[in-house]
Amino acid sequence: MIPAQFDYVAPTSVADALAALAEAGDDAKVLAGGQSLLPILRMRLNAPEKIIDLGRIEELRGIREDGDSIVIGAMTTYADVLASDLVRENAGVLHDAVTEVADPQIRHRGTIGGALVHADPAGDVGAPILALDAVLTVTGPSSERTVPAAEFFKDLFETAVGDGELLTSIRIPKHAGWGSRYEKFVRVAHQWSIVAVAATVRVEGDTIAEAAIALTNMGSTPLRATAVEESLVGKPATDDAVREACAAAADGTNPPSDLNGDSDYRKHLATVLTRRAVLAAAGK
Amino acid sequence: MTRINVKVDGVDYTDEVEPRMLLVHYLRETLGKTGTVVGCDTSNCGACTVHLDGRSVKSCNVLAVQADGHEVTTIEGIATDGELHPMQQAFHDCHALQCGYCTPGMIMQSIDVLNDNPNPTEDEIRVGLEGNLCRCTGYHNIVRAVQQAAGSGNGSSAGATATADAGEKAGAQS
Repeated sequence: MIPAQFDYVAPTSVADALAALAEAGDDAKVLAGGQSLLPILRMRLNAPEKIIDLGRIEELRGIREDGDSIVIGAMTTYADVLASDLVRENAGVLHDAVTEVADPQIRHRGTIGGALVHADPAGDVGAPILALDAVLTVTGPSSERTVPAAEFFKDLFETAVGDGELLTSIRIPKHAGWGSRYEKFVRVAHQWSIVAVAATVRVEGDTIAEAAIALTNMGSTPLRATAVEESLVGKPATDDAVREACAAAADGTNPPSDLNGDSDYRKHLATVLTRRAVLAAAGK
Repeated sequence: MTRINVKVDGVDYTDEVEPRMLLVHYLRETLGKTGTVVGCDTSNCGACTVHLDGRSVKSCNVLAVQADGHEVTTIEGIATDGELHPMQQAFHDCHALQCGYCTPGMIMQSIDVLNDNPNPTEDEIRVGLEGNLCRCTGYHNIVRAVQQAAGSGNGSSAGATATADAGEKAGAQS
């Protein structure tokens, strides 16, 4: 399978990429790591006239510490996220989720920013980003704005990144000392999540002091399980207490039905996986 | 057409390519390096795995223009002076292939697994090869070969975490 013809540019700065995007208008598609876009082009599900490749923009790569946050460049690969001690120590649930993304070859090329803007609801990085209250920097031709993760995902394959804009970085408040677990349910290796749960909790003594939980593939966007979070706070990190709180994991969700499972099955899975994820995150 | 400069298996090439050309097609059709094969064409099977700047990638999921200025190593570039690469030798010794179609990708990914972790456990080898499919399902001897190449014995411990029965059957096959 070969993609349809397109023109190709590979700018070396964000400014040049934005200029290329403005010039090309609606017919352009931005190429990050390409691990989702290239299959789409090959299967001709999309046939843009122009591809703007961000792969040569060094300023979009890398992970740095900035006060109480860590900042990840949009073109940082999954492999680099996995190798980062800053991520492991301060955003453990993102590290956990990235270990579950596809396979090593895909993780060498695929980027966190590309995955977030692609916004596949079964993708693994949306939920941890949401659970960690990340703030995303979106850069346009004349200005830069920040979007909280809770407002970033709009719908199936749709985000707050508008025409002519690029996601440039992801800022994550440090969650040092929080336990974490990404619990992913699949039938075969390197499959998209049927359902997955990103959980990160801070335990004081034997009590859950803070909890952040987000669900993958339980709707058209990643979702926060706020009812569970509220119910967990102040509870002991015991099997019974966590089980009771996690019964609400699927409340208010409307998950899809497909060959992997119907909507009710996914709702059941969400409660089971949330319990497992929270207990593991709490060190149980 | 876009001009690219790529080093492949130690040799510099300059070519004019269509931007839509996939790296695997550039290797096979432009350079004649047919050792790298196309398996599934959907980025699932890993048969087309090569190294790009020393890290494994699926070459059906990379554009040739993305390799401009970079270095590619294929299955054809890992033997030196007629001597098989230790991983090739291990695949040979352990009979880690049946039909052989997945082998180029398996070997390239296995080398990457050891580059990342020189002493992997059996589980770590299996996880490291999760993006490579063998439809003959000959995984057992593939894992043994990686263990041999890692110098972790003769591979006889492969299957130790499977049932004893399964381990014996796999042993009988080799």
